[in-house]
Amino acid sequence: MRVLMFGWEFPPHISGGLGTACYEMTLALVHHGTEVIFVIPRAGGPARKSHVELVAAAPLAPAPDADSIEEFLNRLNIRAVDSILRPYLTDTDYQHVLIETEAIIARRLGAHSILEPVGPYGRNLIAEVARYSEAAEAIARRETFDVIHVHDWMTFLAGIRAKRISGKPLVVHVHALEFDRSGEKVNPDIFAIEKLGMEAADHVIAVSHYTRNLILEQYGIDPEKVVVVHNAVSKRNIGKVYHVPRRKTGKTVLFLGRITFQKGPDYFVEAAAKVLEIMPDVTFVMAGAGDMLPRLIERVGQLRIGKSFHFTGFLKGPEVERMYAMSDLYVMPSVSEPFGISPLEAMVYDVPVIVSRNAGVSEVLSHALKVDFWDVEDMASKILAVLRYPVLSREMLRNGRKELKAIRWEVTAERIIGVYNRLQA
Amino acid sequence: MPSICFYFQVHQPCRLRHYTFFDIGQEHHYEDDEHNGEILNKVAEKCYLPANAVLLDLLNKYRGDFRIAFSLSGVALDQFEQFNPAVLDSFKRLADTGCVEFLNETYHHSLAFIFSAPEFREQVELHRQRIFKLFGQKATTFRNTELIYSDAIAREVEDLGYKTILAEGADRILGWRSPNSVYRPEGCRTLKLLLKNYRLSDDIAFRFSNREWSEFPLTAAKFARWVHQLDNAGDTINLFMDYETFGEHQWEETGIFDFLRLIPAHILADPHFQFLTPAQVAQKSKPAASLSVPEFMSWADVERDLTAWMGNDMQNDALRSVYDLESKVRARNRKDLFHTWRRLQTSDHFYYMCTKWFADGDVHKYFNPYSSPYDAYINYMNVLTDFAEQLES
Repeated sequence: MRVLMFGWEFPPHISGGLGTACYEMTLALVHHGTEVIFVIPRAGGPARKSHVELVAAAPLAPAPDADSIEEFLNRLNIRAVDSILRPYLTDTDYQHVLIETEAIIARRLGAHSILEPVGPYGRNLIAEVARYSEAAEAIARRETFDVIHVHDWMTFLAGIRAKRISGKPLVVHVHALEFDRSGEKVNPDIFAIEKLGMEAADHVIAVSHYTRNLILEQYGIDPEKVVVVHNAVSKRNIGKVYHVPRRKTGKTVLFLGRITFQKGPDYFVEAAAKVLEIMPDVTFVMAGAGDMLPRLIERVGQLRIGKSFHFTGFLKGPEVERMYAMSDLYVMPSVSEPFGISPLEAMVYDVPVIVSRNAGVSEVLSHALKVDFWDVEDMASKILAVLRYPVLSREMLRNGRKELKAIRWEVTAERIIGVYNRLQA
Repeated sequence: MPSICFYFQVHQPCRLRHYTFFDIGQEHHYEDDEHNGEILNKVAEKCYLPANAVLLDLLNKYRGDFRIAFSLSGVALDQFEQFNPAVLDSFKRLADTGCVEFLNETYHHSLAFIFSAPEFREQVELHRQRIFKLFGQKATTFRNTELIYSDAIAREVEDLGYKTILAEGADRILGWRSPNSVYRPEGCRTLKLLLKNYRLSDDIAFRFSNREWSEFPLTAAKFARWVHQLDNAGDTINLFMDYETFGEHQWEETGIFDFLRLIPAHILADPHFQFLTPAQVAQKSKPAASLSVPEFMSWADVERDLTAWMGNDMQNDALRSVYDLESKVRARNRKDLFHTWRRLQTSDHFYYMCTKWFADGDVHKYFNPYSSPYDAYINYMNVLTDFAEQLES
């Protein structure tokens, strides 16, 4: 089985759940003997000769164990497309990235003005997505494969084109929808691309029942072809876990994720204020970046809880691990969360978790506390309970460790291969 | 001549209200009266009232040839009085037939024996008085919460003057021996031990409406045939079960009431068989042997042990915490504080915190007002924190 996959990000530069999911899933697929041609966007600049280039395998993170590294690299071929697309970009973000990138290119070229477009990139996000899909078509023409697998809307057009060229079946994997990201303020262009992609797909994989329901209700996709395959968590790095001594006095409660509407960071702030009224020695940490950050910083000031509430900005690999290791409790109060791997990661670091009741991860996780994101009082009450009754954390972690053993990427990969096989039959 | 000994357990817990950390120090009423009343009335309509009506007919019809026993927890009795006195009246009418034995247990359906001997004795005494007042019977048979039993409990119960005690007929204590004999608890001189025949009991209580079961459907005639086949197998066939089996666990549509209605006629069709209450069985039978049960056992789950209530750290922490308050409650010596403290000892609170089968979803979930054992623990500990503060004030 050979899969042409349009995915996102590889270590060490992973900016969120989608990159992690693509990477781990691909690793597991390769371990199951599937060959993957993995196509990712990568900002290259004009030094590159073509849109498409085979990238050396060397900079990749190693596979789980030494024996399989060779096999892994043989089975995984990476094709990078020169593009500045990244997961979770909004059009505004895109304009910033575009200006920055073109400024760099212009400097390198010694250009005097950056007003003229330099580089091949689209003038706005949708244009760039369309351009990316053209490059995809070129790859699809050259490669041989049995099935096409794409991840989230920015790659859907690429998938559709690849299918048209090759006649091979298309699997559309939905990690998040425009509805999750934007709530009521849905971008109609993105919605249209999502709908188009799912309609063109032979199978749609949803990361949770929560997401599957949205796909059926909001996009009217044929339920027959929408299957749920839950994500998982990797325990590969557990040996390297930071053992940061937790603070002796006072406890630390962590929010880690994009600081956007979707993730419900504002509810975390309100809950923090309520907790601090009762336990003033608790420290709250909000790690991540996003468009709601300025507003929340202001709100923290308004609530007069600044000395107990810290913003770290965006954290990278080892910093994330260190942050988890320092925390006594992880809270994911997402408004709309198709899956949400981060609570599973927190549990790998022996941190108990409180998650949004409707988050996709809730479907596979029993040993967590669950809250309605809007019920700030209940959230605060549960935070207090975890901090005040130490037996609670112990019990959740003891049972959670057992539960985590079953939430493995190998299982996810097996189910995906099941989908591929059905399409071959 | 073997006897059939029916004992039905009647219990409804007083569930706690949703009690957050922010209620601590603010709100001192802990129970969810509305919800408790709703459930009690629902179960009364589905089970207690119709089942009592069926039994009253049978008791009147067979005049002494049909007999049964009940144990009604004090917590259930309190709630009948509070929400549905008609249920209490219907039990009194059953008592008036003279063919019903009422057993004793801990008033608050608690695990008191395990944590405090004096508290255990007081709760038994409270229950003894209540049953006497309601039904005019001085109970001579004792059953402990959830049939929790051990040699030590038997000795204590003998000291309290009881003549008979009930327990689970678990394979691991019986070995090759039969649950259909009467035993003498190890270390006791007069007390007699009756053991539940769990196969036949569970055929009714758990398997009755199970379509996957090879014996489905279970008719009274078929059940009586199985019983009659046990003719030389012992003194008594003890059918112990939750009373809610009739109409609540097995719904009326399953035919459970018809089964109940027909069972005496089919059993009594063989003149070798008779219905007796536990006290009567104990009186007519000599102990076949002494039986040693050093470790606690119960009638719960496949394990038949205490892990449904004391199987994890949350449960043990909550139990330890509530019994740690004993000396303070006694020092304050106030009726309302005793009442609240004892209600907090009801075993169901700890059952809700059970994580054994949580992820699989099963019977524990069906009876659980909380969506997770963690929520159960948090709610309970919040309440207990407030109660402990009240004891200090």
